[in-house]
Amino acid sequence: MYAVTVLTLLLLFAILALSLNLITGVAGQVTLGHAAFFGVGAYTLAYLTTEAGVGFGPALAASVLAAGVVGLALGAVSLRLREDFLAIATIGVNFVAVAAFLYLPYFGGAFGISDIPRPAGPLGFFGLVLLAFAFTAWLHERVRASDLGLALLALRESEAAAAALGVDVRRFKVTAFALGCALAGLAGGLYASYIRVIHPEDFGFPLSVTLLAMVAVGGMGTLWGPIAGAVLLGGFAQAFAFVQNYQLFLYGLLLALTMRYRPQGLLGRRP
Amino acid sequence: MDWVTFGYLAVDGLAVGSVYALTALGLTLVYGLLRVLHVAHAGVYAVGAYGGWLAYSATEHLGFALAAGALAATLFGLFLEWWFYRPLAGKPPLIPLIGSIGLFLATGDLLRILFGPYQQSLPALEPRPVLFLGAVGVTAPQVAVLLGTALLLLGVYGVTARTRLGLAWRALAQDLEVASALGIHPPRHTALAFALASALAGVAGVLIGVYYNQVYPTMGDVPAYKALAVVVLGGLGSVWGTVAAGVLLGLVESLALAFLGNAFPPEGVAFLALIVVLLVRPQGLFGR
Repeated sequence: MYAVTVLTLLLLFAILALSLNLITGVAGQVTLGHAAFFGVGAYTLAYLTTEAGVGFGPALAASVLAAGVVGLALGAVSLRLREDFLAIATIGVNFVAVAAFLYLPYFGGAFGISDIPRPAGPLGFFGLVLLAFAFTAWLHERVRASDLGLALLALRESEAAAAALGVDVRRFKVTAFALGCALAGLAGGLYASYIRVIHPEDFGFPLSVTLLAMVAVGGMGTLWGPIAGAVLLGGFAQAFAFVQNYQLFLYGLLLALTMRYRPQGLLGRRP
Repeated sequence: MDWVTFGYLAVDGLAVGSVYALTALGLTLVYGLLRVLHVAHAGVYAVGAYGGWLAYSATEHLGFALAAGALAATLFGLFLEWWFYRPLAGKPPLIPLIGSIGLFLATGDLLRILFGPYQQSLPALEPRPVLFLGAVGVTAPQVAVLLGTALLLLGVYGVTARTRLGLAWRALAQDLEVASALGIHPPRHTALAFALASALAGVAGVLIGVYYNQVYPTMGDVPAYKALAVVVLGGLGSVWGTVAAGVLLGLVESLALAFLGNAFPPEGVAFLALIVVLLVRPQGLFGR
């Protein structure tokens, strides 16, 4: 059962890493606030299933929709910002989201929301998460292979050149942002239902950094890179439990060493 | 709120804000030359604070503490520049950014491993009023922070505006290739900028340690993102914008805490302000 728990969480990390990769790896928009959208999905499902009596299916759909809509709004706004400015401004998204989860009256404050219903046993739920992961990977590849994906790759290489060739920069960037956020909402809804209790600080800046690290260490812009990064860094806590006292130190060092000696990530191609 | 309370809050906000400015100034300097967001700068700040604490524990002298803090931070900053940032020059900015976050996390945790997770006390100055502005008493740590910051800012202004080194930095920030062609040696000048930026962060770390009378491993966490917010608010690369934004943020936080209480976390206030400003002026308050 322990193995099923670990695998379920790793798959959820993989969904998150792939969804962030659509935004950062494929469309080249650095965001340090991805955990906030995971949180929007989690809180949407938690609130709807515990307080409003909505069933699991519709609540999960609402999670995807809510995160996607917030992402769409933020993506449209963030178009105005340059690369570095975007990275810093999105740090703020975490703080604002955590503050909202803490202080909006429906979300249970610092205690969060507990007793969230889970529609299936651990094994059945693992199947559901596997399905969501397969869907995410499929969508990820569809986007990368489509006109949209090619345009995004062109955008990442040179925004000016792509715009000159008739790529609608605005539309593609916003689409990638909203799509990535919606998928993070999917992961959030599944997570809330699986773990059954959520707190505001589960969705803060540290998680956003971890997700970005998964994408970067694995290899940005690829399919297997973010998945490998999610397994590696998500499994890090389990694998390195014996050096618990040095865990954060080793984690930070791993990030720095990877960027220093293999900047394209473990599975990325040399640029 | 009466005027005396307001005065106390304003002095506190000014003191904290000037330390934000000191930390953020180093970031601006580094960004202007390397175009990277040096998140590990907050780790350099914590290393400086520990250097100052060690020196103070040994000598009980504030001057030695400040010098040791500056020295420790400078050495650490120079090491980061040489080992990490220099080889990654020219890579997409995301790569040094992520590595820099990793370096920051590792630094804070290394300090915890070396010196323990507890708060260390740095009782160099007693928080006793030594100066009265009307009815508002200004404590010794506040005087030290305000005076120290003012002197350092004047010094930095002198270096950047009045010396050949400052001229070279400005030339490099404008156009790296033309500047190199004119005989400026980028690695040496970048290293010097890192040394100055890190020394400033080290002094800021010691001053904040004295101000709150505590030094602890995660003390870089708040400056890490707050200095970034200050740098962006001021307009990346603008020295006076950075100083103004730092002081402004300190004042706003101090007053917001008094008016809103703990109803809303100060980090939320800082970043909400940042997002609003960026929507109106994407280049920052003082950026071009």
